[in-house]
Amino acid sequence: MRYLPLNENDRAEMLSVIGATHVDELFEDVPKSARLKDLIDLPAHKTEHQVEQHMSRLSAKNVAASSVPFFCGAGAYKHHIPASVDHLIQRSEFLTAYTPYQPEISQGTLQALFEFQTQVAMLTGMDVANASMYDGSTACGEAVIMASRVTRKKQAVLAPGLHPQYAAVTQNSAKFLDIKINEVTPQPGADMNVLDLINDETACVVVQSPNVFGEIVDLAPIAEKAHAHKALLIAVFTEPVALGAIKSPGEQGADIVVGEGQSIGVGLNFGGPYVGLFACRQKLVRQMPGRVCGETVDANGERGYVLTLSTREQHIRREKATSNICTNSGLCCLAFTIHMSLLGEAGLRELAMLNHEKACDLADKLSAVKGVELINDSFFNEFTLRLPKNANDVVNALADKGILGGVPASRIMQGQHENLLLIAVTETSSEEDIAAFEMALKEVLS
Amino acid sequence: MKNTGRPTAPTSAANTNEQPTASGSKALNQATKLIFETGTPRRTGVDIQEPKGGKTRLGGHERTSDIGLPGLTEPEIMRHYVRLSQKNYAIDLGVYPLGSCTMKHNPRLNEKVARMPGFADVHPLQPQSTVQGALEVMEELSHWLCTLTGMPAVALSPKAGAHGELCGMMAIRARLDADGMSHKRRVLVPESAHGTNPATAVQCGFIVDEIPASGNGRVDLASLKEKLGTPGPDNNVAGIMLTNPNTCGLFETDIIEIADLVHAVGGYFYCDGANFTALVGRVRPGDLGVDAMHMNLHKTFSTPHGGGGPGSGPTVLSDALKAHAPVPYVMKEGDAYKLIEDVRDSEDAFGRMTAFHGQMGMYTRALSYMMSHGSDGLKQATEDAVLNANYVQASLSDVMTPAFEGYCMHEALFDDRFLKNTGVETLDFAKAMIDEGYHPMTMYFPLVVHGAMLIEPTESESKGELDRFIKSMRHLAEKAKSGTEAESFKAAPIHAPMRRLDETQAARKPILRWTPPADVAEAAE
Repeated sequence: MRYLPLNENDRAEMLSVIGATHVDELFEDVPKSARLKDLIDLPAHKTEHQVEQHMSRLSAKNVAASSVPFFCGAGAYKHHIPASVDHLIQRSEFLTAYTPYQPEISQGTLQALFEFQTQVAMLTGMDVANASMYDGSTACGEAVIMASRVTRKKQAVLAPGLHPQYAAVTQNSAKFLDIKINEVTPQPGADMNVLDLINDETACVVVQSPNVFGEIVDLAPIAEKAHAHKALLIAVFTEPVALGAIKSPGEQGADIVVGEGQSIGVGLNFGGPYVGLFACRQKLVRQMPGRVCGETVDANGERGYVLTLSTREQHIRREKATSNICTNSGLCCLAFTIHMSLLGEAGLRELAMLNHEKACDLADKLSAVKGVELINDSFFNEFTLRLPKNANDVVNALADKGILGGVPASRIMQGQHENLLLIAVTETSSEEDIAAFEMALKEVLS
Repeated sequence: MKNTGRPTAPTSAANTNEQPTASGSKALNQATKLIFETGTPRRTGVDIQEPKGGKTRLGGHERTSDIGLPGLTEPEIMRHYVRLSQKNYAIDLGVYPLGSCTMKHNPRLNEKVARMPGFADVHPLQPQSTVQGALEVMEELSHWLCTLTGMPAVALSPKAGAHGELCGMMAIRARLDADGMSHKRRVLVPESAHGTNPATAVQCGFIVDEIPASGNGRVDLASLKEKLGTPGPDNNVAGIMLTNPNTCGLFETDIIEIADLVHAVGGYFYCDGANFTALVGRVRPGDLGVDAMHMNLHKTFSTPHGGGGPGSGPTVLSDALKAHAPVPYVMKEGDAYKLIEDVRDSEDAFGRMTAFHGQMGMYTRALSYMMSHGSDGLKQATEDAVLNANYVQASLSDVMTPAFEGYCMHEALFDDRFLKNTGVETLDFAKAMIDEGYHPMTMYFPLVVHGAMLIEPTESESKGELDRFIKSMRHLAEKAKSGTEAESFKAAPIHAPMRRLDETQAARKPILRWTPPADVAEAAE
C-alpha cells in the first residue's frame, strides 16, 4: 500500500496506547447490522504501473483536441497555455494547501487571490471581484440570486443569446427561491428583445456578449433601460479573451459581470474543472457570494492578505448566508492569474486580435462554400453558420474525416436550430487546419 | 471554520527583536510585491504570432479604454510565484490536521493521469464517438462510488461538496413535489452541522429547524422525535440533513433508527458525506437508510485541495430519488457509452447543476486513487485514519480535554477546558502550533463545543510524524497550563512569514483589489 505509511508493528503499538486489542473495537459505535464482514466487491489494489496503463488506454480512446484540426467552442475554448503555468500550479505549496484559513502561513495563496481579484476587476471594467466560483454557469445562477436579494424583486429576464446550459443552471438555481424567469428560447439576433421584457418588477436582466452564437451585443441600451426600472444588468461572457478586443461590460453599465475563465490558463478538461469569474460594483460587495480576499496589516504593520467579509458566508450566517458556497476554484484561478500575468495587457490584446483575424479568415472561407451562410453581423472568435444540412450529421461526417468542426447548435438547444453550426477559432488553429476544414466541409456538403 | 467568538485582530504590539533588512526579505522568506507593482501593461511574457491588422468585424464594439493588466516575462513570473508558494503551508510540508477537511496525501500518479491528453485536452461538446474513453471513466467512477456506498445511482456533476448537498436536496424537493407533498418544507438540521447544510436547505426553498445535540455529542433522539411529529397528511417534515460521522468525529449510533423515524413521517434522509473517509470499505451508507449523500472527491478520494478548490461532489441517490437525478449522466448502450445531456431525454430530472458534465479532472484523479488502493487498500486506509485519530486522542487526553468520552472516528475533538484560567484561548493555542511547524487544527467548530479543536490526522501520517506532533502538542498544552506563558501565546506566531493579521480592519474597510497609486491619491483628495 504505497500511500499508507503505517506498518503492522506501528498499528499494534498504537492500538496498545489506545487500549484496544483490535481495530474493529474503534468501530464499535457502528450498528452491528451495518458492519461489513467482507471486503466490498471491487478489484484489489494495483501497482502504479497497472493503474497508469489502464488510464492511459482509456485516454487513448478519446480524440485529443491538439491532435486534429479543432474548432469547438460554445463555452469552452482551446488556447495555448504557457508551460510555466502548469509547472507553477503543481508546486506542492499551492497544490496541497487548503483554503487559506490561517493567513500567517497562507500568504502565497492569499496574495495570488488578491492579484486574481484585481485582474478580473480590470478585465471586466468593474470595481471588485470575488476569489472565483465553480464555473461560469454557476456564477450566472448565483448572480441572479444576488440581484434578487439586492433589488428585493423576484423576476429575472434572460436574453435569447445566453448559453442554454447557463440558462438551465440559472433556472435550476432560482426555481426553489420563487424567482420567476421568462421562457427563453435560444435565438440569434434577438437579444434586444429583452428591452420589451424589462419592467418595474424586474430584478435583473442577463445578457451574454459575445453571445452563444458569437454575436457581440450592445449592452449600453439594455443597462439604461434596466436602471430606469431599478433592475440590475448582469453581463455574461464565456470567452474572456474577447475582452482584450471589445468594450468591457463595466464600461457599458453592467452591475454584475460573470463569466467563464477557462480560456486563460485552464485546459479543456472535458468540461471541468473550470473557473467562474464574478465581479460587481463596489456598493454591492456585501451581497456578493463566494470567498473574498482583502488587504490588511499584521502585528508588525506589514501588508498582508486575509479572507474577509466572511459575515456573508455560510459558516457564520448559516441559513441566512448569501450562498451555500464554501469551495472556490482555487488552483484554476491561480492558473488564470499566472497566465494573465504572463500575457499582460499587451499580450492579451495581441492574442485577441490574432483570434479575431483567424475567425474572420475562416468565416470568409466557410461562408463561400456553396449553400453555407454566415448569420452573424459581428463576432469575435466564434460565429454561426447556417448549413444546407443537419449540422449534427455534418459534424459527425467531419469527425470521420479527422476534423472536430464545431458544435451543432441543436446539441445544446434542445434540438432546435438543427442546421446551425457553432464554430470557434483560436490562435491554435494553423492555416493548414483552416484549409483542411474548408476542404472537408465542401466534401461533406457536396 | 467559525470566526465568531474569537478575536480577529492582534492584541499585542509588535515585539520582535529582529533586525529589519534593507530588502525587506528574511532569508528564504522573500519580500514579494504585487504583480501590479512590478509588471507593466506594455510588457508581455508570451510570444504571439503578430496579427496582420486588417479590418475588424467587432460591430463597432472595439475596446478603446486601457485595461491596465501588467505583464511579466517568464523568469519574473517563475520567481514571483515560487516566492509566493514559499509563504504557504502544505500537506507535502507537514501535518495538516484540519478537522473535517481530510488533508490526506495527494498521489502524484493522479496528477499525471489527469493530464493525459485524452482527458485534459478534450472538449465537452465533441462528438460522443470521439470521447468514449472519457465516458468510460465516468461510468467506472460511478460504479466504484455506487458500490462503496451501497447506493443504486450517482449524479457526478456537482462541482463541490456544497453543490452536492444542493443536488441531493433538490432531488428530495423534486420527489416531494412530484408526489404532491409540496407542503413538506421543514428540514431538520443538527446544531453541530456544517454551515453549508442550513444554507443549502434554504436555497432549495426549505425551512431550517435545528435539533440540539445530546450530552454525548450525537443527535438528541427525544428532541428529534418531537420535531418530527406524527405521520399524517399535515406532517410538514421534508427530511433531515445529518453528517455521519458527525462533526464531533462521532458515529451517530442511532442512525438507523433516525432514518426509520424520518421515513415514517414521509421525509428523506440527506447524509452529508464530508466525513465518508471514516467509513469507506467498512460501512455502506446505503445500509443506514440514506436517501442522498454527497462525497467530496477532494477529501475522501485524495484529489488536491489546491488552496480552496476545485472540488467535486458526486451525490449518490436512493431508489426513491434516482429518477430525479440531474442531467447529464452516462448510460451504456451495447458496447458504446452514451451521455444523456438533454432534459427532454430524462423527464423526471430536476434540471441541470452546471454547464457540461462536471469535474472530469477530479474524476480521473479519484478513479486512479481508488484503483490504486483497491477494495482492500481503501478499507485499510479507513482503518488507519481512524487509528491515527484515536492514537492522537489517547496520547493527548491527559494534558488536553477531549470533548466526549470513548473512541472517536477519523477525527479527535477537544474543547478548551484545559485552557481555563490560563489566559490562553483556542486561537492562541492554534497560532502557537504554527511556530511548532504545524498547520493548526480546525478551531471553534463544531459550535456545540466550547473553544473547539478538531484534529484529523488522516491515514497519510506515519507513526513517527504523529509522535513528533503529539510531542509538540503536549509541550504547548503544558506550557499553557503553567499559567505564566499567556503573553508568548498571544504573540504567536513569531516564526511564520507574517505575524498575526488584523481581520477586523480587513472587514471594516475592505480593500479587495490593487488600485494605481494615482487613483489612491485622487480618492484621498
